[in-house]
Amino acid sequence: MWRVIKPSDRNLRYWQFGVLIAFLLLWQIVTRNQQYAFFLGEPIKVMGRVWSWFMPFGFEPNALFPDGLPGRADIYPHLGVTLLETVLAFVIGTVLGLVFGLWLALAPTAGAILDPYIKAANSMPRVILAPIFGMWLGLGIWSKVALAVTLVFFIVFFNVYQGVKEVSPVVLANAKMLGANQKQLLRTVYLPSATSWVFSSLHTSVGLAFVGAVVGEYLGSARGVGYLILQAEGTFDVNTVFAGIVVLTAFALVLDGIVGRIEKRLMKWQPRTGETEKL
Amino acid sequence: MSEYALELNDISVTFLSKDDPGQRYTAVAGTTLRIRAGEFVSVVGPTGCGKSTLLNIGAGLLATSTGDVKVFGTPLEGINRRAGYMFQTEALMPWRSTIDNVMVGLQYRGVPDAEARAQAQAWLERVGLGGFEDRYPHQLSGGMRKRTALAQVLALDPDIILMDEPFSALDIQTRQLMENEVLDLWAAKKKAVLFITHDLDEAIAMSDRVVVLSAGPATHPIGEFDIDLPRPRDVAEVRTDPRFVELHTQIWNVLRDEVLKGYAQQLRKAA
Repeated sequence: MWRVIKPSDRNLRYWQFGVLIAFLLLWQIVTRNQQYAFFLGEPIKVMGRVWSWFMPFGFEPNALFPDGLPGRADIYPHLGVTLLETVLAFVIGTVLGLVFGLWLALAPTAGAILDPYIKAANSMPRVILAPIFGMWLGLGIWSKVALAVTLVFFIVFFNVYQGVKEVSPVVLANAKMLGANQKQLLRTVYLPSATSWVFSSLHTSVGLAFVGAVVGEYLGSARGVGYLILQAEGTFDVNTVFAGIVVLTAFALVLDGIVGRIEKRLMKWQPRTGETEKL
Repeated sequence: MSEYALELNDISVTFLSKDDPGQRYTAVAGTTLRIRAGEFVSVVGPTGCGKSTLLNIGAGLLATSTGDVKVFGTPLEGINRRAGYMFQTEALMPWRSTIDNVMVGLQYRGVPDAEARAQAQAWLERVGLGGFEDRYPHQLSGGMRKRTALAQVLALDPDIILMDEPFSALDIQTRQLMENEVLDLWAAKKKAVLFITHDLDEAIAMSDRVVVLSAGPATHPIGEFDIDLPRPRDVAEVRTDPRFVELHTQIWNVLRDEVLKGYAQQLRKAA
């Protein structure tokens, strides 16, 4: 018996799933006490909330949901806004980071002059910029995009800077000998080399774009998943707060998966260890 | 037009230490080296004697401190456009497939993509890499990467080919194969070749002329030998030729002292 259920490569998935079930069960049991439930929420109600957000049809009152489960399907505009902010912040932050990284790495004088300011800007806890962006750009999406851009920018910037600095001198000399002019060097040597560093930071920067968008919404907005969480918190609706966390986590995982896919396609020139074909 | 493809006239090269401008190191001093069009010249010398410095001067990647460099009679300024350079270490762009690596030089020169691709394809086949166009450098063996690098250089049809110990990282069998291939390609096109190596056998087997450098610092040529072995040669077979053995002994007698000097210096540096 134990031989079969002992954790191994084959039943790893079941064990992973089992941990989730055990956690939810424990949660549900603890929150049978109404006082705890006020603070911890109830997993069934959290799931009910997620259902109402996404599904266009509901259920009549039943044993699990004495008040019935409405199907409102009303999260999509909010989710759309949050994802739009994330994507915009990611694209703008990456392009800016790429341009500035290339510029400062290839113009050492400018790099040397701006160095202390870049270090200072990077060490600053940039979340505190949110109120300023709110004042400048209002409560719409752009204040959130701006906040997330400041998070993404530095990740990409430092990676590009590093990428250009660490271009193999031999590859560079070779390109020069093959007759590359400055523009061609930039396009065929510096940029690809920097891009590989950008991709290695892509997971972090997409995650931070998401964080920036949600935190921005949480600090003041009229739409978005962060806004939903803020509203629920205001009415002590802890179940909705947890539902928001679940939705955000799920979408962060989806974004990370997409990035992984893109990375695999574009970075196929990079060696991977143990790359053999199984026949 | 000058008789010489590449002339280094009484050059010297002094490096300044970046951290301490007072510290200077003279790598090469008072060196004159002339290579005729179509001539295969090898330069041998002890390790760390500035052989690569000499090559970088010829390529225009480094500037001389004194003396001048002429390419087909014209003073060299900046990169030597008529030279192809085969580096000792990996110089392929890891993010480009083999064919993209071979055609990149043609693209730099403004050759249309389709034509560049066709030429690159022909070169890959000539160096025995037909069918490997879409591989990335990390998917190739060391020998295949060297072939790609060779195709990359030759695709531009340079009049001067500079080679910096190109085969030193290869195993002996692959190395002899590559040496023979280079000789065949050279025999067909008759380019001026400046070949740097620490392997005296390789130098004698391949060249028309072998130049021996002294140990550094202030490296300069201390001997020149014309290699009068008949061509075409097979690098593996020519080694048993009595004349080869004779030349080898002659050159080694000059080189040995320098190698010992260089070795002693390295030991002192390490201590």
